[in-house]
Amino acid sequence: MADLNKLGLAEARDALRKGDVTSAELTGACLTAIEGAGALNAFVHHTGDLAMDQAKAADARIKSGDAPAMCGLPIGIKDLFCTKGVPSQAASRILEGFVPEYESTVSQNLLDSGAVMLGKLNMDEFAMGSSNETSVYGNAVNPWRRSGDETALTPGGSSGGSAAAVAADLCLAATGTDTGGSIRQPAAFTGTVGIKPTYGRCSRWGVVAFASSLDQAGPMTKTVRDAAIMLGAMAGYDAKDSTSAELAVPDFEAALTGDIRGKKIGIPREYRIDGIPAGIDKLWQDGIAMLRDAGAEIVDISLPHTKYALPAYYVIAPAEASSNLARYDGVRYGHRAKLDHGDGITEMYEKTRAEGFGAEVQRRVMVGTYVLSAGFYDAYYNRARKVRTLIKKDFEDAFAAGIDSILTPTTPSAAFGLGEMTDADPVAMYLNDVFTVTVNLAGLPGIALPTGISDNGLPLGLQLIGRPWEEADLLSTAYALEQAAGFVAKPQKWW
Amino acid sequence: MSIDESTAARVAKLARIKVEPDALPALAQEFNNILGFIEQLNEVDVDGVEPMTSVTPQVLKKREDVVRDGDQQAKVLANAPDAREGFFAVPKVVE
Repeated sequence: MADLNKLGLAEARDALRKGDVTSAELTGACLTAIEGAGALNAFVHHTGDLAMDQAKAADARIKSGDAPAMCGLPIGIKDLFCTKGVPSQAASRILEGFVPEYESTVSQNLLDSGAVMLGKLNMDEFAMGSSNETSVYGNAVNPWRRSGDETALTPGGSSGGSAAAVAADLCLAATGTDTGGSIRQPAAFTGTVGIKPTYGRCSRWGVVAFASSLDQAGPMTKTVRDAAIMLGAMAGYDAKDSTSAELAVPDFEAALTGDIRGKKIGIPREYRIDGIPAGIDKLWQDGIAMLRDAGAEIVDISLPHTKYALPAYYVIAPAEASSNLARYDGVRYGHRAKLDHGDGITEMYEKTRAEGFGAEVQRRVMVGTYVLSAGFYDAYYNRARKVRTLIKKDFEDAFAAGIDSILTPTTPSAAFGLGEMTDADPVAMYLNDVFTVTVNLAGLPGIALPTGISDNGLPLGLQLIGRPWEEADLLSTAYALEQAAGFVAKPQKWW
Repeated sequence: MSIDESTAARVAKLARIKVEPDALPALAQEFNNILGFIEQLNEVDVDGVEPMTSVTPQVLKKREDVVRDGDQQAKVLANAPDAREGFFAVPKVVE
């Protein structure tokens, strides 16, 4: 078989089980592709030797008749996941040299399921960013380019390396994490599929924490079926994460009927925001028509507090980040600043954190510190948490009225150029998450999938939002939309 | 609400991040832009609304109060920038 790295999870799994291919061959093809893709800067820690060992073990398992869901399938892991014996830096200078003594639950679940880890993937520092430009490793680059234009584009963020790697066929799939849109926005920018499951579906244990009440891990894949397979392998109750849900994990792949006749799909009027490009609106209207043609009932709905989701997020997420990132003090792990004669422990903290954190992380830690400080806690933090209650209630009301899932654009634009937003106000960058952040605040599952191409040749994605814990139903609806959209475009190789 | 340089300096101090004095004006301006964006929340009527504590309705689990882990000193110290004789080493804390 040619171009084994171009396979998806389902195809590769079936070929492995039939004996048409070995995991060592699949893994070798991916390692070769990674070697030739330095220009994308997607893989930042390479574990080729480990991968080949895992592949051989997987081949032995398959031969012995023991082939769990991910057995022998080579994937990339976002640098936010702690991986035992392999550098795990959250793309930050402050975790330079950090090599975990333990494995995150999600990556362990994947390894237990037979997955092969090719290496660690680029991302925004501590997952704070929408363009992968805050990484200590430098920018990850989108394999897609505008038609007739060589401008380097962002793969989105924060899971930019994951998205670029999957889109460029450097791996069969990758893990991502999503706090405000960090799986779904990069998926949309790279023509790939990404699902953020319900809060609590995947364990957060061993995932470097950004905003703990919002963070969720999820798969980034080439197809909806692949997302169903990989989510099943990642998810599950974990006693080490107190917010992990003690619920059985359904067989997501078996639920992919694609039969959405009679399903009620909500179209939230508040997502028709001013200044949205005509191409995005057309994509949305086309998606509505596809679901209607597949037998769904389209219902106009209102989510009245949508407008306040981003400002609430930019209180809650920095507040939690300022608390979570207090642990980076130069004492227990990672970077410690060189001290001057006479410097005490406070100078050590202050110099270490000034050197170790990049500008965006410093900004968010300080904003979080401010909104939690005496005198402002009620005005900012408590008010934002009340608004969050209202945002969640908007969705609860829609679901109580019989809505099964909600269709929106994933992003307000196609991928933009690296550096294009450098001089912009940070708030302008934050607007990337305008359609995705509500889902994190409400703890709901959301999936992004490619359904069209922009006028200048870039992939565009739609988002489906589901009821809590009903990822199986959500994936099936996404599967129907995927079938109808028939998106098969791939980036032309220039790297 | 407008943040001046002294407030920016105080926040940096609370966050334990060293900010050079000449960087304070730009930092204060950035805070003001972000807080200006956040101010929109004041338009929302939140009377009688409970602040969210948990996004999924769940009760934190309890476990028996027994030691289940430990004896991992070498692993705990393995990544320390400065570890000596089984301890984390830090600059002088008390004069």
